[in-house]
Amino acid sequence: MTIRALAYWLTVYKRTWRASIWSSFLGPLLYLGAMGFGLGSLVNAHGTAQLGGVTYLQFVGPAILAVQAMQTGIMESTYPVFGSVKWNKTYYAAQATPLTPAGIFRGHLLFNAARITMNSAVYLIVMWAFGAARSPWVILGLPAATLLGLAFAAPTAAWAMTLKSEASFNYLFRFGMIPLMLFSATFFPLSRLPGWLRLVAYATPLWHGVALCRGLSLGTLTAGSAVIHVGYLAILAGIGVWAGGVTYRRRLYV
Amino acid sequence: MPEVLVRARGLTKQFGGFTAVDGIDFDLYRGEAFGFLGPNGAGKSSTMRMIGCVSPPSGGQLTILDSDPVRDGPAIRARLGVVPQEDTLDVELTVRENLLVYGRYFGLPKKVIRERADALLEFVQLTDRAHDKVEPLSGGMKRRLTIARSLINEPDILLLDEPSTGLDPQARHVVWDRLYGLKQRGVTLILTTHYMDEAEQLCDRLVVMDHATIVAAGTPRELIETYSTPEVLELRFTPDCHEQGAGKLRDLYPERIEATADRVMLYVSDGDEALKRVRGLGLEPSSSFARRSTLEDVFLHLTGRRLID
Repeated sequence: MTIRALAYWLTVYKRTWRASIWSSFLGPLLYLGAMGFGLGSLVNAHGTAQLGGVTYLQFVGPAILAVQAMQTGIMESTYPVFGSVKWNKTYYAAQATPLTPAGIFRGHLLFNAARITMNSAVYLIVMWAFGAARSPWVILGLPAATLLGLAFAAPTAAWAMTLKSEASFNYLFRFGMIPLMLFSATFFPLSRLPGWLRLVAYATPLWHGVALCRGLSLGTLTAGSAVIHVGYLAILAGIGVWAGGVTYRRRLYV
Repeated sequence: MPEVLVRARGLTKQFGGFTAVDGIDFDLYRGEAFGFLGPNGAGKSSTMRMIGCVSPPSGGQLTILDSDPVRDGPAIRARLGVVPQEDTLDVELTVRENLLVYGRYFGLPKKVIRERADALLEFVQLTDRAHDKVEPLSGGMKRRLTIARSLINEPDILLLDEPSTGLDPQARHVVWDRLYGLKQRGVTLILTTHYMDEAEQLCDRLVVMDHATIVAAGTPRELIETYSTPEVLELRFTPDCHEQGAGKLRDLYPERIEATADRVMLYVSDGDEALKRVRGLGLEPSSSFARRSTLEDVFLHLTGRRLID
């Protein structure tokens, strides 16, 4: 069932990939250029001891990998999910066939996972080409970024199915996605934050994603922290998959 | 006795405290075209959604193709075709792609889907638009494409929820023509409509729903015989004589008269004979028109003339 639903999204993507390709690939590249090289030249001139002795590009590169995975995961689970039930109603078309709400959900989520993996793969190549990666372990940043993306995509899709209006997405973007991007040790180490805010950051999924990607890219990841980060993200993704099964059924089978 | 494909007994659907369908009974036989008639909000679409296994019944019994729709929903849906009230086509895909992805939902082999898609496009007269995007198509074309899509799995039962609502007269007739063609091929149809001509043209049997219940059932002819008279005499009077004329006629036909703002309708067995009697009362209508009773007369008799929004 999941595969049948996935086949639909792949067919749609064959038609629309040209339009999406620029925004999903170019955005992270601009960040890498502006932050890694632009801001990086300034940071490097003042010494990078607080970054662990690596260049700012190497510090920020893997974090942007995590950020773009989060963004793709959230974006693909907001308007495309909501539109499938509200605008073009293709979920209802699928629901009239042997597909179940859970199958429709998982098929779409699997497609989102494929999008996250594709975007992350391209970004990783660019990151490596720019010398932003220090360790060959960076290759594991691909599954790490996909897991991170899913940890956002699954709960977001579950939530999107409960909405009556798409206006709520703006709250997620402004008060969820943007603060996470700014305060999850993405552009500066958490040691620069006051103690209490640091504790908040430790609890957020993006921080775990950034720490995981950065640890792999710099080759500094310990097995213990890897288990914690992966475990946290996997649990969040799992909760999202469970919740999506519930909310999709409530919306499509009433 | 023909095979029963759908059996409902005391079928009920509630949303919170609101009862959309209130204990209805009906049987659907293989090969027939069965209609649900009723004003908006009568419970037709809720009934259709339950038959389509996308809405669990709140009470009563429902058996579809010898299976339980709650337990065996996916297996039953594999044998149904659905034309929803609102188009659910993917407008970014081409006409043909819409059929291909839909066929995949049923797990059909690609080769089979391609062959059926081409035949179905021919059937709904969209072959020359096969590779065009859906978005710019007219309402009638989209509806025909939706009908083609609903047939990709060669369904045992085709469910059509107001198949021609919103179409212009030409497009409606093409849709009816195609549905009639399906009927000739032996496809079992269930449709909802509030167009009486659609019901009369397509339905072998129908039920009239109002306020969540079935208020009448039978063939179009039976319904007309039971709930109306063979003929209807429509009279118009000049405005100053309208009230007076209607009053006098009420004495003549106390049971069988309906007066609207501009017309008086007499439900009679013989329209010409009735007109003579009207003239015998000394009334001279400004215009008169005797016609046969239609389902519309039945419908208005059963569900009233009040406006339903």
